[in-house]
Amino acid sequence: MRITQGTFSYLPDLGAGEIRAQIQYAIDRGWAVAVEFTDDPHPRNSLWEMWGLPMFEIMDASAALHEVTACIRAWPDHYVRVSAYDATLGRQTTALSFIVNRPAHEPGFRLDRQETADRRIRYSLHAYAADQPSGERYRRDDQRHP
Amino acid sequence: MSGAAGRNAAGFAMPRPGNDTPGPSPPGQAAEVTPDAPPGGAEAGGLLAADALVDLDEEGRTLKITGLLERLDAEFVGLAPVKDRVREIAALLLIDRLRSRYALPSARPSLHMCFTGSPGTGKTTMALRMGELLRELGYLRQGQLVTATRDDLVGQYVGHTAPKTKDVLRRAMGGVLLIDEAYYLYRPENERDYGQEAIEILLQFMEAHRDDLVVILAGYQDKMEVFFRSNPGMASRIGHHIDFPDFSLGDLMRIAEGLLEREEYRLTPQAAEALREYIGLRMRQPRFSNARSIRNAIDRLRLRQAGRLVAAGGRISRADLIEITAADVRGSRVFSDSAARPPGHAARPADHMA
Repeated sequence: MRITQGTFSYLPDLGAGEIRAQIQYAIDRGWAVAVEFTDDPHPRNSLWEMWGLPMFEIMDASAALHEVTACIRAWPDHYVRVSAYDATLGRQTTALSFIVNRPAHEPGFRLDRQETADRRIRYSLHAYAADQPSGERYRRDDQRHP
Repeated sequence: MSGAAGRNAAGFAMPRPGNDTPGPSPPGQAAEVTPDAPPGGAEAGGLLAADALVDLDEEGRTLKITGLLERLDAEFVGLAPVKDRVREIAALLLIDRLRSRYALPSARPSLHMCFTGSPGTGKTTMALRMGELLRELGYLRQGQLVTATRDDLVGQYVGHTAPKTKDVLRRAMGGVLLIDEAYYLYRPENERDYGQEAIEILLQFMEAHRDDLVVILAGYQDKMEVFFRSNPGMASRIGHHIDFPDFSLGDLMRIAEGLLEREEYRLTPQAAEALREYIGLRMRQPRFSNARSIRNAIDRLRLRQAGRLVAAGGRISRADLIEITAADVRGSRVFSDSAARPPGHAARPADHMA
């Protein structure tokens, strides 16, 4: 099941040229570009690990693209996203965020039902990947320990 | 860290969402993934047949290369070796564009440069303009200039240097990184100095990001040679070693006139003659630093002119404010010093002053 999070999430994955163009757009707007990664696909997991510090003061997308490539190389089986922070007074929030790398196989989610008092039902989303400890999720089968 | 172009284009692999969408990438992908291709290429017009002819002058005009070089000529006095090199780089760009239209390979040349020369020969000024030039030629995407000295690159303790250097390099990407007096990076007398680490990171970046970044080292010839001798990797990664020649008397005179004109001052004919004589004397004095000395001399000319006008008092016109007379020039200590010395270029008698 393909995770859809952030901007462009319903489009096919962006190519390197498109990622560069988006990053350049963010830089031209004066937003600080950051690279983040995670292997917890839960939709409410919004705080991902940071790959280095956000890049302030860069002028060209190639600098950020370099970090994106390095992050993907280090975490090929993780989700990697680029986010751009708009520090303008009054906005001060993430202005743009899109996934640039995802695991080859995304097993998806299971819906858990919990019956509570008065026959009420509580629902929760459980990612199949989360059954594995962090760091071992999304490994291909040939890499997994027996 | 292999070739930069390969990494950014083909090596930047976006894993297609594995089992979900099998099959080849969409056809539009190939064009999008190569934004780093040398300028020109597809947008410069369709492919040409092998026996077709193109008009070089016409192409040069469309790329605005001619105008660019003319402006460079007008803006900088002298500096023939630098201008020649820029002309060659511009010509290569033009030829590369044409080659790509015949489907011939055209790789981007390494544009890292080293500017050496005496003080005041325009090394830093030229580096400032180089980013702009290379952007207009299409070799750089942004063309901004980031100036760095030892302090900006070398850290104070273990582990401090790499992030510092990388941060500077990141800011400079897409433009020019000017390292002024680069030889101070390397301190052979202190083996625990972190300068070497900065140099290594720099070298690695210069190699891997040839397409994104132009590094210009500027400094004095002799110290730079010592630096290169102890860092052979640096010397070999720099494709353009440009030596800035000293300015001739005529060049310096033109620089002075240009500076005065920009500030809306005018020399009387006698003052121009005196200034020429002044420059001739100053060139033979110690610590003469070419255009910088001229700029300082002009600042002092303005001081003396202001002093003269204020001392005279009374009503003055706009022309008086603009005009610099021979007396302003001859008030310089350079004349009195040389007059004290044995003849040769002795100052003229006082009654000759305007």
